Amino acid sequence: MAERAVELEVRKLNFYYAGGIHALKDISFSANKNSVTALIGPSGCGKTTLLRCFNRMHDLYPKNRYEGEIIFGGRNILSGDIDLIKLRSSIGMVFQKPTPFPMSIFDNIAYGLRLKGIRKRSELSSKVEKALKNAAIWEEVKDKLHVSAYELSGGQQQRLVIARALAVEPEVLLFDEPTSALDPISTGKIEELLGELKERVAILIVTHNMQQAARISDWTGFMMLGELIEFDRTDKMFTAPKEKLTEDYVTGRFG
Amino acid sequence: MSIFDQELMQLKETILKMGAMVEDAIRDSVRSLVERDNDLARLVIEKDHQVNALDVEIDEVSIRLIALRQPKASDLRFITTAMKITTDLERMGDLAVNIAERALELNEEPLLKPYVDVPRMREIAQGMTRDALDAFVKKDKKLAMDVIMRDDEIDDLKHEVLRELVFFMVQDPTTVSRAMKIGFVVQYLERIGDHATNIAEMVIYLVEGRIIRHMEVPDENQ
Repeated sequence: MAERAVELEVRKLNFYYAGGIHALKDISFSANKNSVTALIGPSGCGKTTLLRCFNRMHDLYPKNRYEGEIIFGGRNILSGDIDLIKLRSSIGMVFQKPTPFPMSIFDNIAYGLRLKGIRKRSELSSKVEKALKNAAIWEEVKDKLHVSAYELSGGQQQRLVIARALAVEPEVLLFDEPTSALDPISTGKIEELLGELKERVAILIVTHNMQQAARISDWTGFMMLGELIEFDRTDKMFTAPKEKLTEDYVTGRFG
Repeated sequence: MSIFDQELMQLKETILKMGAMVEDAIRDSVRSLVERDNDLARLVIEKDHQVNALDVEIDEVSIRLIALRQPKASDLRFITTAMKITTDLERMGDLAVNIAERALELNEEPLLKPYVDVPRMREIAQGMTRDALDAFVKKDKKLAMDVIMRDDEIDDLKHEVLRELVFFMVQDPTTVSRAMKIGFVVQYLERIGDHATNIAEMVIYLVEGRIIRHMEVPDENQ
């Protein structure tokens, strides 16, 4: 059973897009260490918006505005004096479509390490190997580390991207629909991988696929219209949710 | 109504059909004993295969729905409840058959004494069965609790009858064979009450998602 130590604590989080849309409303919950926390809800409910708060992706547009707190490592990561480069290496993100860099498999992984100042070849090699192993793709790429990452299949690219995120030793990984562009076999591999990764990092995942949330997560939050309707253990959410709205959503009787 | 909802509705109707058949079997088996009606006893035994067929059908439909629909929350609880209820109903049907079998044997021998408590136990057991199924249909937690509480009544009656039967056997050893068979009937009726209680407990699970089996006293307020 997943440990209950808190990794990220969200306190009364509100988020406003530059255009004035109030996209997140008074959200409070905790994501635990060694756990997969899934966010589910209908399109436009705010789950991706919420996920993007954790590594301050919304800062790309200066007029976006956060209120409330997200406590991580004893600090509020929404405060103005946070070093975003550092934050984003501690809290990595994996997107829906694989985003390999236009370079070799090896360099994809080494990129972040070099940014961190690691130059020694032997150290780079061992860290690249470790990251690829942790992302369960080493056996498939070990003999072609210097070919372009674009030669890999979609599923392999996604695991490569996960390896890239892992290389800089994050504490949290955010996944935004990481398998919606993949076939069932690749999806299965990623899901297995998430189960292994949670031993090392806390995982938050946004998914449209309720079965996936049920399969892989320890905790589930159900969101609607920018509000967190219910947050509980995944088994509870899918067998006996407390809220009528959650019940309607998970049983497919929505709206 | 969605196709899935229609499938769930059909499942519910099949359970009710099975429940009605089992209720009839309980009533008729005891009647065949009390009224010494061998034809009725044989009819109860013959009709049991229909109950068994519905048991299989309910399991098959439930397994198919789980595989194809991946039910969640109240749907999941409904289907798992259906699978458990059908097992209890099927066992109740078998117990009615057992009563009918004992009736065929007892009807061949002189009456030990007029049946008074057996029909009373039948009335309680059948009432519990009907109400447990009613509670299932209406998702009525209060009625389910009421069924659970009534199980004590039938237990007490059983002990009373068994004491009386022991008295007969001690007084006159020629009554042993008949008294034991009546003792079995009483035991079967008590077991029917237990199965009705199981169904009522599953109704609590269906409504609340809380498993109250094996609890000393079910906490109504929780």
